[in-house]
Amino acid sequence: MAQKTIEYAVGRTPEMGPDGRPTPSPLEPFDIPEPELDSEHMLINIGPQHPATHGVLRLVCELDGETVLNVTPHIGFLHSSFEKLGEYRTWNQIVPLTDRMDYLAPLIYNCAYVMAVEKLLGIEVTERAKVVRVILMELDRIFGHLLWLGTTAIDVGAFTPFLYTFEDRERIYRLHEAYTGGRITTSATRVGGMMADLPENWIAQLEDFLDSFPRTLAEVHRLLTNNQILIGRTQGIGAISAEDAVNFGFTGPNLRASGVAYDVRKDNPYYDYETYDFEVPIGENGDCYDRYLVRMEEMEQSVAILRQAIARLPEGPINVEDPSVSLPSKTDCMSDMESMIHHFKLITEGIKGPPGDCYFPVEASKGELGMYLVSDGGPKPVRWRVRPPSFVNISVISELARGHLIADLIMINASLDIVLGEIDR
Amino acid sequence: MSDEKKSGLDAVDEGPVPSDGSGPQAAGAPADKNDHPSVAALFERFGDAIRHHEVNAGDQHVVHIDPARNTEILGWLRDDPAHRYDLLADVTAVDYGGGQPLRVVYQLWSIPNRMGLRVKCLLPLDVLEIDSVVPLWNSANWLEREVYDLFGITFRGHPDLRRILMPHDYAEGHPLRKDFPLRGRFSRAEQTRRALNQDVDRFYIPAERALGREPQQVTFPSQTAPGPDEGSEGGA
Repeated sequence: MAQKTIEYAVGRTPEMGPDGRPTPSPLEPFDIPEPELDSEHMLINIGPQHPATHGVLRLVCELDGETVLNVTPHIGFLHSSFEKLGEYRTWNQIVPLTDRMDYLAPLIYNCAYVMAVEKLLGIEVTERAKVVRVILMELDRIFGHLLWLGTTAIDVGAFTPFLYTFEDRERIYRLHEAYTGGRITTSATRVGGMMADLPENWIAQLEDFLDSFPRTLAEVHRLLTNNQILIGRTQGIGAISAEDAVNFGFTGPNLRASGVAYDVRKDNPYYDYETYDFEVPIGENGDCYDRYLVRMEEMEQSVAILRQAIARLPEGPINVEDPSVSLPSKTDCMSDMESMIHHFKLITEGIKGPPGDCYFPVEASKGELGMYLVSDGGPKPVRWRVRPPSFVNISVISELARGHLIADLIMINASLDIVLGEIDR
Repeated sequence: MSDEKKSGLDAVDEGPVPSDGSGPQAAGAPADKNDHPSVAALFERFGDAIRHHEVNAGDQHVVHIDPARNTEILGWLRDDPAHRYDLLADVTAVDYGGGQPLRVVYQLWSIPNRMGLRVKCLLPLDVLEIDSVVPLWNSANWLEREVYDLFGITFRGHPDLRRILMPHDYAEGHPLRKDFPLRGRFSRAEQTRRALNQDVDRFYIPAERALGREPQQVTFPSQTAPGPDEGSEGGA
């Protein structure tokens, strides 16, 4: 068979510079007169089924050319009325509803909910339960930030970090599974403690993860932090001042990127967070790049908190030893009449607490997660309200995107780190 | 044998069951307004407009204020240099059912002073209107829309008060009210019929519809009349 050598019509070998690297020829500016065009605003619909909206979010944009003039977010496609459902359930039966809201960091929601119930009912959990919950919440902060990191990198065209972060997310999934049996729908907490104590060897697996995770983070840093494309796509994009950020209700990393050092773990501490040694990273400019840097630093701080929590994890019971709150062990139920009665009464009647209300804020991976509970003294809440951080954060997207290009709108949306499960609830 | 057998779903439609009062009652510690600097200052400055003060869940201070003066009092709490509640964390409402007034609840947090305060306004069921606090805090924009959507409370002066979680043309009422059945007011058949008959135009708010062009008439080849070349096969 005859072979044919391909001849390129255009030289494909770029000229080499003195440093041995190819020198791209500079672009010649075209000298074409600006055409006289009628300006007409255009309406563009993005979503609800669109990979760049990070969920079933629908954005209707008003454009002038490629410039965004206005964005109207339409939400509610995932609305399941969890808060209404909660009014028909006893305190413990609500726990499975909570992890379906933020399925990217479910354990934070599990913990935040029961912490609010315990505050309302006046239950003091054991020291071991406190430290275990701190471990779970910090682990899921990393878990949530890793998903944000991978998907945001894809939005600026970098595919590799996605593979790195999801490999480590998979390891956290396995930790979830080893403890709770579920990978996403963990439902690990109960009022007064946890559904079970940590399994044997779990802490060792967690330490394995903590040993290797900073290396992954360093690799992603090398790939992204000084990356010209990422910097060009994020610096100066979607900036918001500190005063506006507070007024618009920003919380979490989005607020701290604007330079406000508000972190519920420091300002309104729960579970002895004031005794852990960690720093709250804050940005200066409040743009997408600062939000990126703040989250990257937060993951390193979470690793530090996790190491301290492991070091101080006390022995002892994980559930409060109050028969009106915690279920007795199955062995006791089978052998001891009194335990069986307690078990029966807890399951059929539920836990009763004093009437009143309670707002319990927790620093979730996306911002201040507030659980507001109203009780009339019965075993079920009169009202269970979740203050979802993403819901308030995404409401600002129109102000952030105004005047930027439509491609930047995708980056701004990604940088806010939303999860539609908790926005729509 | 008088009691009829109920299916689980029948019980759901009766609404949530209020407490029978057999649980422990509140500890009954009288609330001291001097425990919280903002509460003491509110009583001193606004007097009668502060209806009630209580402490819940151990250390959480709650003040009930006159709903007619909510923007004045909340604005003072935001701006007064001694208090500076600059973060409006949450706006929500509570319905206790049984014809009791709805409560609008504001969760305030002061970032500089590191303290929180919960402010409540009682709205009788026949006057479900209150001034919007969007001029004070922009974060109230979507939160008030959600309260309007789920409870039916109108916020006077809100820039864009329309449903947010439920569809724009949702006709069954306001779902988080206690008299709203868990599965909705309409039958499953009616709900399905409405879902299938949705008008695509309703997916856009009026401002967007005004901006978009007239919908173009799309004709498919099968519907077009046969052209002169195709129509002359008959004689062959």
